[in-house]
Amino acid sequence: MIETGEIMQTLRMIQEENFDIRTITLGINLLDCSDADPEVCARRVYDKICATAAKLVATGEDIEREFAIPIVNKRISVTPVSLIAQGDPLPIARALDRAAREVGVNFLGGYSALMQKGATRADERLLASIPEALAETELLCSSVNVASTRAGINMNAVREMGEIILKTAKLTADRDGLGCAKLVVFANAVEDNPFMAGAFCGVGEPESVINVGVSGPGVVKRALEEVRGAPFDIVAETVKRTAFKITRVGQLVAREASQRLGIPFGIVDLSLAPTPARGDSVAHILTEMGLEAAGAPGTTAALALLNDAVKKGGVMASNHVGGLSGAFIPVSEDIGMIEAASCGALTLEKLEAMTCVCSVGLDMIAIPGDVSAATISGIIADEAAIGMVNSKTTAVRVIPAIGKQAGDTVEFGGLLGHAPVMPVNRFACEDFIARGGRIPAPLHSLRN
Amino acid sequence: MTKALISVTGLDATGIIAKVATKLSEMNINILDITQTILGGYFTMMMVVDLDGAHRKFAEIDSELDSVRQELNMTIHMQRMDIFDAMHRV
Repeated sequence: MIETGEIMQTLRMIQEENFDIRTITLGINLLDCSDADPEVCARRVYDKICATAAKLVATGEDIEREFAIPIVNKRISVTPVSLIAQGDPLPIARALDRAAREVGVNFLGGYSALMQKGATRADERLLASIPEALAETELLCSSVNVASTRAGINMNAVREMGEIILKTAKLTADRDGLGCAKLVVFANAVEDNPFMAGAFCGVGEPESVINVGVSGPGVVKRALEEVRGAPFDIVAETVKRTAFKITRVGQLVAREASQRLGIPFGIVDLSLAPTPARGDSVAHILTEMGLEAAGAPGTTAALALLNDAVKKGGVMASNHVGGLSGAFIPVSEDIGMIEAASCGALTLEKLEAMTCVCSVGLDMIAIPGDVSAATISGIIADEAAIGMVNSKTTAVRVIPAIGKQAGDTVEFGGLLGHAPVMPVNRFACEDFIARGGRIPAPLHSLRN
Repeated sequence: MTKALISVTGLDATGIIAKVATKLSEMNINILDITQTILGGYFTMMMVVDLDGAHRKFAEIDSELDSVRQELNMTIHMQRMDIFDAMHRV
């Protein structure tokens, strides 16, 4: 029998510490929608998504009500569109956005291309269409994989992405570059990530699949308040215990959603995903460990401990773990990170170091709008190198704030939050980026 | 068995347990366990119930409790027990 104290703890986690299920993401295979006629393909895409995801939102809401646990987002990920678009991909972008609206999800990911080794003609068409697609649509998210540990870094794609990010920012300048908040450049992208903007449904996935992302930085922070001043052994143990509890609820929700929708369960993503709300911050977990602000010396070590303990605690709580799994450190989506960046404690270079030990990369960072495309490509190349060499996922989601300088603020609203524009190293890398070609895969890619 | 936790909180008054239990009985919901305390005039009760006998959807049962909520002017939450088992039992 469950004890009263345990019941109270669960209720407190949900009601006071912002514990929630961050997303139920339905992956849908679209390979069978491909057609030489873009309009035919778009129609098939729309019909298939509307049919497959018809009950997703209502089912999510039923589970929320019955278990009294908020499920913040219901989302869809689809097969990378470059794999199904035989011609102009823009009609498909519009169809995806319409379908997302029709079924009531708040984002749909998969306007994507996987080009770590090189580009197909379809990849090139998709890349060229990204700025327009993101400016024109509302719910569509896009991602491009430019590197992997196995394949190395496709520096041609890195060069192009610098230009595409800048163009996307310009086309959505009236919304503070919002288009770039829906665009991620990956190294070692994963096929079952439930989180936006980088979710897509990989070709190794089933016809449709339920992936769940949990959250709960507020719960971890609260648990660590109980062990103030204790050695790190106890800190790690406390994070593990908390992550276990959080993930068990994620597993429960995933199982329920899978059963009710008749769609197989894929993975639970063991993640600490912050929101801009106070009490829902990963940065505040780091400060609870004894740092004045995120970015202070010791931050990378604190994040490494946190990221590892979340995985160790969570892995036993779910029968299939996947996605990105770890702590997220987006700047604009985390009140503690926003404060740290605003007061100068947190710099782009420190964030780069932090990405070596957390689950993704440079995320939701506003940079001055007058940076060159090559500078953005240089930032992408550095992140891709970290991912490639360390066999981990890294990503870049930067937002050039057109007409703004370091110290200004951009505002995206909702879960995407707001962010101070952060200064960028202005020494040139044009000649480096102009080279193109591929950076070879590291020696340890040869693991067979 | 589909078990749910019903928590009832608010200012103490006469007949709280009776009214909640009567409503549950009308819906053929069996009470499996009750704990109840009063702290500073504040009434807190937790009931574990079996929903299987009710033959109704969860949302319908929950909205049936609205009349008790209004009559007693108390906060009444109902949620599936699975979430507590998942979180606290390996």
